[in-house]
Amino acid sequence: MISFMPSEEQSVMKETLAKLVQNTIKDNAHDMDEKRIIPQEFIAKFRELGTVQSPIPEEYGGFGLAASPIMNTIILEELAAGDMGYAIACTLPSIFINPILECGTDKQKEKYLPALASGECEATLAINEMHFKFDAASPKTTAEKKGGKYILNGEKCYVPLADVAKYFLVAARCENENCLFIVEGGTPGLVIGEREKNLGLNTLSTYKVTFSSCEIPEENKLCGAEGYDRLLQKTRIAMSALGTGVSRASFEYARNYAKERVQFGEPIAHRQAIAFMIAEMAYEVDAMRLMTWKAASALEAGRDAKRESYLAKLYAGEMTMKITDYGVQILGGHGYIREHPVERYYRNGRCIACLEGLAIV
Amino acid sequence: MINLETPDYLKNLTSGIHNLAKTVLRPISRKYDEEEHSYPKELDMFRGMQILGRPKKKKKDDETKQEGDGKPKKGINLSTVAVIEEMCWGDAGLLLSIPNAGLGNAAIAAVATDEQMERFGKMWAAMAITEPGAGSDSGAITTTAVLDGDEWVLNGEKIFVTCADRCDCVVVWATVDKKAGKAGIKSFVVEKGRPGFRLEHLEHKLGIRASDTGTFVLDNCRIPKDNILGSPEVKTGTEGFKGVMKTFDNTRPLVAAMATGIARAAVDYLREKIEESGIKLDYSKNPNNVSSIEKEFYLMEAHLEAMRLLTWRAAWMADNEQFNNTEASMSKAKAGRWATLITQKTCELLGPLGFTRDELPEKWMRDSKIMDIFEGTGQIQHLIVARNILELSSKELK
Ligand SMILES: Cc1cc2nc3c(=O)[nH]c(=O)nc-3n(C[C@H](O)[C@H](O)[C@H](O)COP(=O)(O)OP(=O)(O)OC[C@H]3O[C@@H](n4cnc5c(N)ncnc54)[C@H](O)[C@@H]3O)c2cc1C
Repeated sequence: MISFMPSEEQSVMKETLAKLVQNTIKDNAHDMDEKRIIPQEFIAKFRELGTVQSPIPEEYGGFGLAASPIMNTIILEELAAGDMGYAIACTLPSIFINPILECGTDKQKEKYLPALASGECEATLAINEMHFKFDAASPKTTAEKKGGKYILNGEKCYVPLADVAKYFLVAARCENENCLFIVEGGTPGLVIGEREKNLGLNTLSTYKVTFSSCEIPEENKLCGAEGYDRLLQKTRIAMSALGTGVSRASFEYARNYAKERVQFGEPIAHRQAIAFMIAEMAYEVDAMRLMTWKAASALEAGRDAKRESYLAKLYAGEMTMKITDYGVQILGGHGYIREHPVERYYRNGRCIACLEGLAIV
Repeated sequence: MINLETPDYLKNLTSGIHNLAKTVLRPISRKYDEEEHSYPKELDMFRGMQILGRPKKKKKDDETKQEGDGKPKKGINLSTVAVIEEMCWGDAGLLLSIPNAGLGNAAIAAVATDEQMERFGKMWAAMAITEPGAGSDSGAITTTAVLDGDEWVLNGEKIFVTCADRCDCVVVWATVDKKAGKAGIKSFVVEKGRPGFRLEHLEHKLGIRASDTGTFVLDNCRIPKDNILGSPEVKTGTEGFKGVMKTFDNTRPLVAAMATGIARAAVDYLREKIEESGIKLDYSKNPNNVSSIEKEFYLMEAHLEAMRLLTWRAAWMADNEQFNNTEASMSKAKAGRWATLITQKTCELLGPLGFTRDELPEKWMRDSKIMDIFEGTGQIQHLIVARNILELSSKELK
């Protein structure tokens, strides 16, 4: 039955994460951004909840609970309302786990899932590439089959936690098809570059990763076009959940500020020029969330969500900028100063349209 | 649990209505746009269809009878917005002209006594709030009603009344006590033919020309005492007026659904043209690597989806007896504005095809504009949303 209301379980998750954010990063987000770091214990606090392991079958050390794309959007929004880099770092293993669960062979599951279930290692996705007109739907990185091996060539960027990741999921073209390959850290030909300096997401460490004649065994191919398409759908929904989170944070901050900031003898919120921006922020945040839920609902029902996920990400890309821009504008000059978080939301928000594949549902 | 999949019963319902819209409304859409003010007799088949009005609250024993028909008892608001979207995909002006489905019918059904229902239930009822000096500020109306023996005597002028020519009666807002301000505002059923009640003229409009809009003059107009809807008593405070305004929480999502329907008509038309031209919309490429038309199209489709979801949420909340004042206005603010932008953009992308009266998109551009105006302009919706969100009174945020 159609419903716009979270279940008990969904509400509890939202509240739990809101508290977690409050108790960990809330007062530290500014410093974390300046120092470009997320304290490990903050990530550990999230991982303790077990949401990352939850869909892994019990035989591989997980909880064997059905994966819920909708629940994952709730998690991502809530974390991103604290800090988007934090949201990406916390949930990063899922970006490797979920595709393995969906298209992995038994052998692949056996090999990779136990270590991820126990939380002893990180895994990441290499999908973005640093060139004009980058399109996740046609990566330039290539994989060539030779003998019993694939040989990968290409350059990836914005690969989160590449410095510590044990496993990389890599998006590459192979025989005119989009494919995903598993590359283990330390494989010859896999070169981790310097940590990147970006417009936003400063808390998250991201890296350039180069594949130069990087050889991997044949059995490391995870999937072809179909699985790749599913990955795009799931990551696009996740990106719109992240956009919803950061936009909501900007909206809430600006709303509270507008009620307190007095100019010309009364709070600026009493002026329509400000109040109408805030009204628009409110319903656009809701619209973004509903589009995200709509796409996730299709996945949850076992349907294809190609169209819905594409539109959700496109919408979130546009609206996140509009809303976070309003956020800065409502604070005026004060919004331009790094003491207030709205400039950070504005910088972070740009990634929704620029990048792909930073999180998954 | 959150689930935004469209339920099967709604799919079945809307596909039936879609067929009607396609086979009955579309073929006469242009005709009544050109023949402003002539009654679309083809609409007689819809007489009394529950479109704008919710049925009168069922009595206890009626309610038990309803059970077991397989449909969710509560989903009336949601199925209504879904039906309205389909009908307006066909033609919004015609939807507004469906006999006996006026806004006045909704107002009567909501508060009429059994006896009033008996007298007015079968009539086509228009709604007259707006006056030359009172549009957005509906609390400022100056039409008066004075009790004289067994009759009310009404004086004033009402403008922009939808279905003015075709209706049988009009629900008129008037004040019984100017000093009491908003608390003095009451609504009265004025039947056509009452002495002193005159349809002054019909307007010529930008769009929704199939719908007749007119001005009434009430010149010592006399109606029976029990033509008043609700209690004649003037309560202190603004509770009564707030009650009246609450009906807008039900009607605003309906207007949002109309806006969604027109915008979808435009988007569907454009999609057909894009595909005919050999472009395959594939929903996977970087939206900046496709042609400008494709990107614009995807964006329009995304906004259309957002309009619909905000509308469905507001209706769903009403179905579940949740207070939806903010969400109802959100849906209308978004859908009213974006129906205008989407239909404008459609014409732009269509080029010459978007400017000719041989095709319907130019009409949709004209039709959609009203959605950001009546039942509260876009600005008024933003005011309502902002006041709620910022927790400000109407004095603090004017
Ligand atoms: C085709 C059509 C059908 C209609 N049908 C009906 C009907 O059946 N019954 C009925 O009673 N009425 C009907 N109306 C009237 C309609 O509801 C009003 O036109 C509408 O509410 C706006 O009022 P107004 O035209 O006087 O504009 P105004 O109130 O004069 O507004 C002018 C502009 O000022 C803005 N504005 C006004 N107040 C504020 C404020 N406080 N803050 C910021 N901006 C503000 C408005 O948004 C608008 O942009 C109809 C109108 C049309 C055109």
